[in-house]
Amino acid sequence: MKRCLFCHETLVEEVSWNDCFGLRKRSLFCDTCYKGLEEISGERCDGCGRKHSLFPEQYRQNMTCLDCIKWEGNALYSQVLQRNISLYVYNETLKAIIAKMKYRGDAELAKGFQQKLQQVYTTFFHGYAVVPIPLSEERHYERGFNQAELLAQQLNVPYENWLTRQRHENKQSKKTRSERLKINQHTFLLHSEVPPLTGTHCVLIDDVYTTGATIRAAALILKQAGALSVSSITIGR
Amino acid sequence: MRYVLCERKGQIEFAPDSSVPHDEQAVAFHQLPPFTTPPYCPQTTAIHAELQRVLSGKQLLLSELPYSLQTLHEQYQRGCIAFEQSIRQHGPRHFQCLRCGNEQFLLFAKLTCFQCKEHDCVYCRKCLMMGRVAQCMPLLRWIGPPFPYPSIKQALQWQGKLTPAQQKASDHLRSLVSTGGELLLWAVCGAGKTEVLFSGIARALELQQRICLASPRKDVILELLPRFQAAFPTVTIAGLYGGCKAQEENAQLILATTHQLFRFKEAFDLLIIDEVDAFPYSYDETLEKAVYKAKKQAALLVYLSATPSRALQRKAEQKKMNAIYIPLRYHGHPLPLPRFQWCGHWKRLLYKKKLPKPLQHWLIKQLESGRQAFLFVPSVTVLQEIVPLLKSIDSTIEGVFAEDPHRHEKVMAFRNGAIKVIVTTTILERGVTIPFTDVAVLGAEEKIFCESALVQIAGRAGRSSEDPSGDVCFFHYGKSNAMQSAQYHLIKMNQRGRHLT
Ligand SMILES: [Zn+2]
Ligand SMILES: [Zn+2]
Ligand SMILES: [Zn+2]
Ligand SMILES: [Zn+2]
Repeated sequence: MKRCLFCHETLVEEVSWNDCFGLRKRSLFCDTCYKGLEEISGERCDGCGRKHSLFPEQYRQNMTCLDCIKWEGNALYSQVLQRNISLYVYNETLKAIIAKMKYRGDAELAKGFQQKLQQVYTTFFHGYAVVPIPLSEERHYERGFNQAELLAQQLNVPYENWLTRQRHENKQSKKTRSERLKINQHTFLLHSEVPPLTGTHCVLIDDVYTTGATIRAAALILKQAGALSVSSITIGR
Repeated sequence: MRYVLCERKGQIEFAPDSSVPHDEQAVAFHQLPPFTTPPYCPQTTAIHAELQRVLSGKQLLLSELPYSLQTLHEQYQRGCIAFEQSIRQHGPRHFQCLRCGNEQFLLFAKLTCFQCKEHDCVYCRKCLMMGRVAQCMPLLRWIGPPFPYPSIKQALQWQGKLTPAQQKASDHLRSLVSTGGELLLWAVCGAGKTEVLFSGIARALELQQRICLASPRKDVILELLPRFQAAFPTVTIAGLYGGCKAQEENAQLILATTHQLFRFKEAFDLLIIDEVDAFPYSYDETLEKAVYKAKKQAALLVYLSATPSRALQRKAEQKKMNAIYIPLRYHGHPLPLPRFQWCGHWKRLLYKKKLPKPLQHWLIKQLESGRQAFLFVPSVTVLQEIVPLLKSIDSTIEGVFAEDPHRHEKVMAFRNGAIKVIVTTTILERGVTIPFTDVAVLGAEEKIFCESALVQIAGRAGRSSEDPSGDVCFFHYGKSNAMQSAQYHLIKMNQRGRHLT
């Protein structure tokens, strides 16, 4: 008997022709949970990977959303992130799954994203060095694992712990954008034993792309260390 | 965190690796060979009173205790705290969580653990809600002198009067306090079983005992808390349920949802389990284990039920456990019997956005009568289909289900009469008492409506003495065995009740 990775409901095994020919791998989530996930496909922002249908046309220029254009206008962060690809819209279902994985500590849930993560990696970033977004030492100990590292492990390729994180900053909501960006810049450090990254394409892995500030702060460090390009994959957007 | 075993005063003890020189071979907690806790020595040990209070009768993780590892380890060395395994491995595919009792292989998983630095550290996926427990995390237990609860005299200030049937049951229960063993208190819906418990609980408080009343549902706890606080005004009573703020978990008298029992080990002298037959208790054997774990060995375990399972009934009949029986409602009137009303292929009708005619007539009559009503439906899907159809007849009608974010507001609105008819899945079937209420079930033949559920549902009607009868109608598309058994059950109860008067 198989059970849904998330809600533990018994999975009803409906065998279809595709299964017989091995054309489709079964999801580890049950139908209800799987249907709750909204895949990002079709037209999306070529910067942050946000689905076009989710924001009105006046908030983008050509294929790029205004948020991304704003980032590109910032002297420090311009050209830092090549592109972000996210698997699913960060809706209620995905929020619940990620919260259970991160805050309840159910590391096993990362496996539910393996198939799609591998697909995105091989399609867009094949051969890129995989770098999970780190947690601070204290947070990492408290949680027992780093969810970004778990997701990176799902790719079944070697990954690099090239970054370290200083500490987890307090809620940033009260600061101005420029203050935030200044602090942001110092969130990550390059690990002391990292070889020169000249000529390396990197892909960062994280659970969610929210404002893009975390991903860009990490990308900036890799770029400064000589990386040729930095992209990212996240589960949610 | 990794640990070592070392010799101290001729005994093998364990110690955190931070407390010993670095040449020792430190391993994860679950890889340590067996070790013992040093004996407690009353002459030399001053008791850490706060820890004693917080940890007595509990099983907690290091992260749940606001003390340094050094403090806790000292208490271990003084023989007051045991560091115990949290997940035991019995075989390659057989683990057991010693906190929640889970043994389903599917509900364990491995991860590369940053705490113990092992690559396949096993954790339990069943009790994540209480904070993740991995095999490298010890469970801490107080094994020093137990916390001395006071003897509370004259704790019971309740002024109400018991019926003769209630009085008899109440006296019986009181006489059994501190005898240990198991007791079935079988009371029909509306018998007033809460008041029957008061005297026994008062006796236990007098005897310095620790008491817990556990119910599978939060609603019931929320309803009982003020009643208990009024009855025992001088006693600190803790209400523990999912989503409540950190409470006085070490209170002498606790009202808790059954799930909260996982937090306790050998804690209670008197443990009362409400609605033993109720979902989800009867379906989840780990909850049963939690009950046995939470009580002290010599505790008195009381099962409260209106519809005890066959197994419990048999145990009582064979005198393997004491049984107290209250076959009459407190107002002395018989239980209303359900009537069966065939209503055709109701699922197809709902699909076509139509109400079954008999149900529609019932609703119109109901609204004219000025009385309130519960309409039970078998699933959330049915609820979502039917509520809009009902709303077109009366816009105040609301549906409520377990995960409904507005559940409590809606239940409140029903209680104060703003909602005349409330449509619900089985969650409200117990514990909610509102006078002048009728009851209907749509799709009573569905599997989810087992005998005990239907008995409980029927028991929602006629609970108050101003309105002792009430209408109970089961709308169905073909009678089920459970429907007939439920009706038989109620007839039988009424017969026994008549004998008593
Ligand atoms: Zn599911
Ligand atoms: Zn964008
Ligand atoms: Zn467990
Ligand atoms: Zn571990």
